[in-house]
This record gives sequence, C-alpha cells and structure tokens, in this order.
Amino acid sequence: MANFFNSIFTKNNKLSTDQLIMKKTVVSFFFFFVFAGAAFWGWKWLRKQPSEAGKTSTPLRTVLNANEKIFNNFLSDKHLAKQYPLFLAANPARVNGDLGLKTDFDPTTWAMNVIKAKGDTLKITLDEIKKLPKTEIVFNFKCIEGWSQITHWGGVKFSEFMSAYGLDKEAAMKYLGLCTPDKEYYVGIDMQSAMHPQTLLCYELNGKPLPLNQGYPLRLIIPVKYGVKSLKRIGDMYFSNERTPDYWADKKGYDYFSGL
Amino acid sequence: MKKIVKKHPLAIRWFHWVNFPVLGVMIWSGLLIYWANDVYKIGFGSTTLLKFFPDSFYKALNVPFRLSEGMAYHFVFMWLFFLNGIAYVLYTIFSGEWRLLMPNRKSFREAWQVLLHDLHIRKAKPAQGKYNAAQRIAYSAIIVMGIGSILTGLAIYKPVQLQWLCTLFGGYKMARIIHFALTIGYVLFFLIHIIQVILAGWNNFRAMITGFEVEKTKDEPVAEENTKSN
Repeated sequence: MANFFNSIFTKNNKLSTDQLIMKKTVVSFFFFFVFAGAAFWGWKWLRKQPSEAGKTSTPLRTVLNANEKIFNNFLSDKHLAKQYPLFLAANPARVNGDLGLKTDFDPTTWAMNVIKAKGDTLKITLDEIKKLPKTEIVFNFKCIEGWSQITHWGGVKFSEFMSAYGLDKEAAMKYLGLCTPDKEYYVGIDMQSAMHPQTLLCYELNGKPLPLNQGYPLRLIIPVKYGVKSLKRIGDMYFSNERTPDYWADKKGYDYFSGL
Repeated sequence: MKKIVKKHPLAIRWFHWVNFPVLGVMIWSGLLIYWANDVYKIGFGSTTLLKFFPDSFYKALNVPFRLSEGMAYHFVFMWLFFLNGIAYVLYTIFSGEWRLLMPNRKSFREAWQVLLHDLHIRKAKPAQGKYNAAQRIAYSAIIVMGIGSILTGLAIYKPVQLQWLCTLFGGYKMARIIHFALTIGYVLFFLIHIIQVILAGWNNFRAMITGFEVEKTKDEPVAEENTKSN
C-alpha cells in the first residue's frame, strides 16, 4: 500500500507498467466514486427539499416555472387544437372527477359571479350567456392522467364573452381565476391561454345541455390545457396580475401552467 | 509485456455515466406517470399475455398515486437527459468517434456472427475493433431511440403547440405508445448490456471508468493457462 502511495507522487515514466496501470486505475476510480457520491448526495438533497406549493419542492417548482416561460413562447392563437369530424365524438363522454360538484346545488337560482373588484360583481345568467354567438368544437380532450377522448362541446368563446361584457381591463390582466359555487374546486389560468380562440364558456355537450356531472349549467373548456383546468360548474370568475389559486398546483403539486 | 491502450475518451465516459442515473430517473418518473393511465398490454383478442404492469410490480416499487411527483421529476430531468444526449451526439460527430460507432456495410452480416458466437453456436471470433458489429448496431440504435424519446416526448408534452410533431408520430395516443415502447427498449438494452459487460470482464469494464484497456503484447510468453489447455 505504501508502495502505491509512493507511486501516486512518482512521475509516470519512472513507474513499471504494472505500477502505472494500478496508479491510473485507482486515480480514475477515486474520481468516479467522488462524482457518484456527489450525484447521490445531490439526489438526497433534492428529495429532502421542502415544498412551498403542494407536494412539489421548490427546486423542482422553479424548473417547472422556467419550463412555462420557455414553452409559453410556442403558445399562439394561431396554434389551434386539431378539430375532428362530428361522428368521431364520444357519446356519452367520459366523466372524470366530481370535485366541487358534491355539495347541494340549485341550478334554478344559478348565476355566474364575475368579480371585477371588491363590491363590483356582475351576475350573469345562463340565458344571457346563450344570447352570445355560439361556437362548437370537436377536439381531443386530454386528461393529465394520460387518457384522451374526442368530444363535442358548444358554448361562447371566452374572448367574445369578455368583450361582449366590456371586460377589456380584466382581459388585460395576467391571470384568470374560476371556482365552483361551493369553492371546493378552483383553477388558475394565464390570460393568454384563457383568451385563446378555442377557450369556451361551455353549456353544451353533444348538442345538448351539459349533464350535471359534466358541469351544468356552465363549465370551462380549454383545449390548450389538460382537463384539470376545464372547471365544471363555474360559480365565480375573477382576475388578477398575480397567480390565481389552483387546486391541483397548490394542493397536489401539479404544474400550474399545465399547457399543451 | 503489458501495454496501456486508450479506449474511451473522457468525454464519452462522462456522457455515459451521466446518462445512466438520469435515464434511471426518467424511467422511474415515467413509470409514476404511466400508472395513472396504465392501459397497455400484450395479447391477442381477449387474451392478455402481459399487462403493463401487474399490481404487485407497482406495489413493490411504490408507484401508485404519485402522478404529480412523476411529472415534476420528468419535466426537470428531461433537460439533463436532453442536454447530455445532445452533447454526446455532437462530440461523437466532431471527434470522429462516429466512425467507430456507426454500422457500416459489413456490420449487419457480422452482427449475426457476433450473435452466434455469443450464444456459443459459432466458435470463430468475429472482428472486434473498438466495437464489434453488434455493438455498432446497438449503440447507434440507442442514439436513434434517444432522439425518438425526445421527439415523442415533446409531441405528448405539447400536442397543441407542436401539433405537426404529434401528427408525425401518428397522433397523441400513438406518440404515447411509441414513447412507452422506447422505454421498454431501454430496459431490455440495459439488461443485455449488463450481461455482456459481466461476460466481457474486468478489463473491458475498467476501460469505461479509466479510459484504457490493458493489452498483452506479442513478445510476452504465452499465458500459462492457455499453454496447458492446448
């Protein structure tokens, strides 16, 4: 062993081939294990990081937010979700999740609260929304779980709703927020995605009024996001320049942006 | 006499050993994601030969109900996988290493000989070089698979913004299937790779860490065991 330590500080050309092989091998393995140990330590460190939102730790969340900035550059009103012929639409459509729909609810008294500012709320009924031009879309609805289904929806373009009700100042803000009447489920959406021409305030599925389990009277359909953002049974709508609360991002550790 | 012969440049060793844990994290986090919609199986008609994956497999690896965690790790470590892969490909191109790596006209015939030799069916040793024909094909295929994983991954990550890419792979569902199948491919590659490394022995393995192999030159008296067995 002493021999070996000597050889480390001996010039290579003074060593025998066997000594040189030994020296080079040990030095290489030493660095190999140093790097492997550092990688392992880095992994342990990452696994131990506290989370500031949901279950996703701060370093991971930082990268996810950076991903959002990068891939937001691809987001464009010209990039539309592919539309399909009507006969491909699933009927009945898959029902997935009933968050925010479990509380007793009286549809006859329903109206959407559009909260412009504190004490300045518009109440808008389904009939009023139906007076606006109707848009239909048949697209491949994508769930964050990984399944997808071609479905047929009808409603008002979110962007047309905003201009019809003179909400231009609100549309210029950075984030939209929606929550169910019982406040159990809520989503936050960047305004650019909300104003995308395929985003609908939706009241029809397969040409008929939405079933209760699909969000009657009014839900969101936003093809540029995973289905988690297509909130069923809209209660309140609000706007902010800060991120609006998001159930899956704040509580469960999902990516806030969740854009497709 | 023994001779030290350079085999793997430092850069290639670096890319190889960075890729190993990073790909491991990608496969693990991918599994957490796949669990949430685990619809793939191999079978015919109503007969299922192999379900991806059995519940016992999930349980053993603590997979269930970790979708958000899987997505978070997947979309962070994808950058390391991508950057390391790009660096490896660029290095291989500009260093000229690609000449030792890419299959050539003889490779496909020789790869067959390698297979027969490794299965102890054919005695004659096939031509080796830095990589033999089967290695050339396998190590080049793995690069193509890596590119495939990145492209199908992008297609299912941003199917609206990168719709052309999604269409190229036969749509959203097909791109997800290809992405999954490639991962199964990595696992199979890994298993064979490990077996081959064990069979090839210490000198070969050491080269992946130190960069050199030890060659016995001809002027050395023939090793004793050989003389005896002959």
